[in-house]
Amino acid sequence: MLNIKNLHVSLEEEDKQILKGVDLTVEAGKVHAIMGPNGSGKSTLSYVLSGKGGYVVADGSADMEGVDLLDMEPEERAAAGLFLAFQYPVEIPGVGNMTFLRTAVNSQRKARGEDEMSATEFLKVVRERAKSLKIDADMLKRPVNVGFSGGEKKRNEILQMAMLEPKMCILDETDSGLDVDAMKLVAEGVNALRSEGRGFLVITHYQRLLDHIKPDYVHIMANGRIVKTGGPELALEVEQNGYADILAEVA
Amino acid sequence: MAVAQTNMDETTERLKSLAMPQGGWSTAGREDALSRLITMGLPQRRDEYWKYTRPDTLVQDTVIEVSVLETDEEAVFKTVDSLKIVFVDGVFDANASDDLSLEGVTIERLSEAGSDIHWAQGLYGALETGGQTPVQRPLAALNTAFATDGVLIHVTGKPSKPINMIYTHVAKTSDAILHHVVKVDADAQVTVLENGPAAARFNKCIEVDIADGAKFHHVRTQGRDHERRAVTHMFARLGEESTFKSFTLTANGVLTRNECVIELTGDNAHATVAGAALGDGDFHHDDTVFITHDAVNCESRQVFKKVLRNGATGVFQGKILVKAGAQKTDGYQISQALLLDGDSQFLAKPELEIYADDVACSHGSTSGAIDEDALFYLRSRGVPQGEATDMLTLSFLAEAVEEIEDAGLAEEINERLAAWLARRRS
Repeated sequence: MLNIKNLHVSLEEEDKQILKGVDLTVEAGKVHAIMGPNGSGKSTLSYVLSGKGGYVVADGSADMEGVDLLDMEPEERAAAGLFLAFQYPVEIPGVGNMTFLRTAVNSQRKARGEDEMSATEFLKVVRERAKSLKIDADMLKRPVNVGFSGGEKKRNEILQMAMLEPKMCILDETDSGLDVDAMKLVAEGVNALRSEGRGFLVITHYQRLLDHIKPDYVHIMANGRIVKTGGPELALEVEQNGYADILAEVA
Repeated sequence: MAVAQTNMDETTERLKSLAMPQGGWSTAGREDALSRLITMGLPQRRDEYWKYTRPDTLVQDTVIEVSVLETDEEAVFKTVDSLKIVFVDGVFDANASDDLSLEGVTIERLSEAGSDIHWAQGLYGALETGGQTPVQRPLAALNTAFATDGVLIHVTGKPSKPINMIYTHVAKTSDAILHHVVKVDADAQVTVLENGPAAARFNKCIEVDIADGAKFHHVRTQGRDHERRAVTHMFARLGEESTFKSFTLTANGVLTRNECVIELTGDNAHATVAGAALGDGDFHHDDTVFITHDAVNCESRQVFKKVLRNGATGVFQGKILVKAGAQKTDGYQISQALLLDGDSQFLAKPELEIYADDVACSHGSTSGAIDEDALFYLRSRGVPQGEATDMLTLSFLAEAVEEIEDAGLAEEINERLAAWLARRRS
């Protein structure tokens, strides 16, 4: 599904290398987790894959189902099936959540040459999917993320994911700022979307999210590289011993 | 303040080309206005109050020839059930207008009001006079003296529909001067709508007297003819527990100066004046607002948003004056510009002058570009860059549009804003 090869990325504004040769393959139907200390480049990887400005790709490649991602505009990547759940979802006053969702769904459909979803159909689907995430009518009506609690913002991200039905989902620290109950709810939402044809890349600091979203693989990222890969047990090791041991081991 | 001899000469010269309508009850008010005007002199480039906007083309006796925008876009408020009063280049069009009768209100034309004693006699030019201190507004005095027509609206009840003044523009060098007076009796309420480009040059004044417990709602759009010029004044006086809410959408126009002068004279009154302006290229838009709090526990809001591109200029001069004794005043003022490129500019002069010690006044003024993080967020969901930019632009304007009380009218304004932006994308 997602193939990242030898990806080198620097900041545009300053001569600072963030990613120093990332290699990673996420297969359809699998959940890969990336863990790592602050500043290791995890969020940068998610931004570069989804097309945020301010980064320069110096070397390497990233493709999704054989299509070069790095050459596309952010909206083209989205229409091709890439989705990033933001660590800090942006507040957009004056734009209703529902309007935003519908514009996003139909923009992607239009870009793919599909028919737009009718208002009635959209309403039906959105209500059903919002319900399972405990998102009420009021949250759908309010401006995007404005006045939402941390948990509401993250649930709203998952609702967008559920509506857009992407092929490849990247979750950037979706657990940050969530209490245990909220994390469970978000994880249930993600698990409901797990399927044969869909890949997941879950970026997190903590093992506890991975108790709820069970990964197939766990990668440890440090200093702009993936330094160790293993099964779910690797996350437990991090939880118990911290990153220091692993980093010392691979150094 | 002595007026320089040259200015007095220029003013006298300018006035030669204007004819004061004769006869009728308004004559005394008009003559007073003329003497005010001669004493003040017409605005000049070096006047402090005209620092950001050049008055020459509004003042000079020749009107610059303009093109009239050809458009198949429907007029704003066309589908709103209203009593329509149409002026073409400042001349009343009886055929296009509705019958001027509506329950709860009497409507007359200024030019037909006759010589008998009239309810508007004590008001015509009175609020304008009050608005001449502490800052002079000579073009309003000129309007009072020389207005060729206008509408006198006396609201005694709660009319079932809005009164819609429609200003059509067909002539290339029209120079229109209209003066309206609105008197809203105690506990009565009315909605006044205005739309249309009006004339090549338009000088409009509206005086609004709002009695205790009365409500006045006003939504205006200034037509999108690119080359038109306009100077407008709105003077309002608010009684106890009364409400004044005014919103203006300005799209295009080579020069627009909208002055709004509000005096809160009764306790617990509320005034809102808001505006959304869209400018592309040769566009100069000036909102000049002066709100005086002269009673206890009144609230006032000024909410102005401007979207500027291709070298457009936006100006905001807004003042809150809280007089001694106007305790518990709640004053809010925000003026913001979204600059869509590096060529556009926003000039803002927010002012507070407070003589009471128990008040809450806040003000803010910003200019900035589209928020890149928000833009990326929308694009990452599949919304193309152009549409995403428009969504964020509408989001920026929303705070001003939300000041419109009526949801249907707000929706129509939003549609117009979206259409204006979409036209610039294609």
